[in-house]
Amino acid sequence: MINIIWFFMIFIGIIYGALTGNLGELNNIILKEAQEGVTFAISLIGIMSFWLGIMNIAQCSGLIKSICNIFRPMMKMIFPDIPKGHPAENWILMNFIANMFGVGNGATAFGLKAMEELDTLSPNNKKATNAMSMFLIINMSSLQLVPLTIIKIRQDYGSINPTSIIGPTILATGLSTLVAIIVGKIFERGN
Amino acid sequence: MLDIISIAMVPFMVFIILVHGYIKGIDIYSAFIEGAKEGLKTAINIMPYLIAIFIAVGIFRGSTALDMFIHLLSPITNLLGLPQEIVPLVLIRPVSGSGALGVVKDIIGNYGPDSFLGNLAGIMMGSSETIFYTITLYFGSIGIEDYGHTLKAALISYIISIFITIFIYGIIYNTQFTLFNI
Repeated sequence: MINIIWFFMIFIGIIYGALTGNLGELNNIILKEAQEGVTFAISLIGIMSFWLGIMNIAQCSGLIKSICNIFRPMMKMIFPDIPKGHPAENWILMNFIANMFGVGNGATAFGLKAMEELDTLSPNNKKATNAMSMFLIINMSSLQLVPLTIIKIRQDYGSINPTSIIGPTILATGLSTLVAIIVGKIFERGN
Repeated sequence: MLDIISIAMVPFMVFIILVHGYIKGIDIYSAFIEGAKEGLKTAINIMPYLIAIFIAVGIFRGSTALDMFIHLLSPITNLLGLPQEIVPLVLIRPVSGSGALGVVKDIIGNYGPDSFLGNLAGIMMGSSETIFYTITLYFGSIGIEDYGHTLKAALISYIISIFITIFIYGIIYNTQFTLFNI
């Protein structure tokens, strides 16, 4: 799937760029974006190390386990394939919590750990399991409660009440997550 | 109120975790170092996937092929009853986060932050994710090539959510009903 999408984005982009006389611009874009990928990955090293370090403390102290116990019934319903007490559960939950509170880089670090753990439960290393799909579908539905970037933009443009957007956004985020779980479950049943 | 909680969240989480660890008597410093060692590996691991998706999105956007797509798709989106000004945002959002943010700024700049469209654009931006980036990054990091139903389900959920958001926000705005006015 990604093979086709990736190919066509570049294929169409280059052909369209040639037709519209934009090829010179494409040279700059390739250079710039390749550099951007490296810069971005490197810029993540520090903050991801920090969060993985902090979470390792919470793991060793048993704090994560206590939090997980509270959410176990919900997790069991959404991810029936993950065995009880498997570390994947912890990382998924930490990813959700970090996402909700807008700790973006922490969420990425925990999410990647979650995928690593989910991979150990997978019989086929190349194919996504239901648990992986569900995790990502929920993740991609957005979980963030307070849209700080948007509030900042509203403030910059002179909104009377920049934070008035929080309520409707929480409602929209909640509904989109609910829709995501339902759609994910329907697809799971189809398999 | 909620925005203050969001700002205080990081220090608060760190504080709780450290205090809890300290009370439990674990060696918090070693535990931190042990965990932090993973950071470098993880970041370097995802670098090729980041470069791949950045370049593809960059070429697609930079060649203005994305604009062409939006233009081509606009009869369909008009038929579905999406407000025309919102259409570019709906189409760019799953592909490019920074691109979508640019569109949101345009809409807010043109129509005002407190207008119906300005609010709607902000809500839509705040309640969605950059689907293509997330999916390639997460699956890439563990070498998954067959995504199964993930992308389809994510895009379908996204489209359904947009319609629900527009519908519900339309009601809220028209009735001047303010929800959790915090």
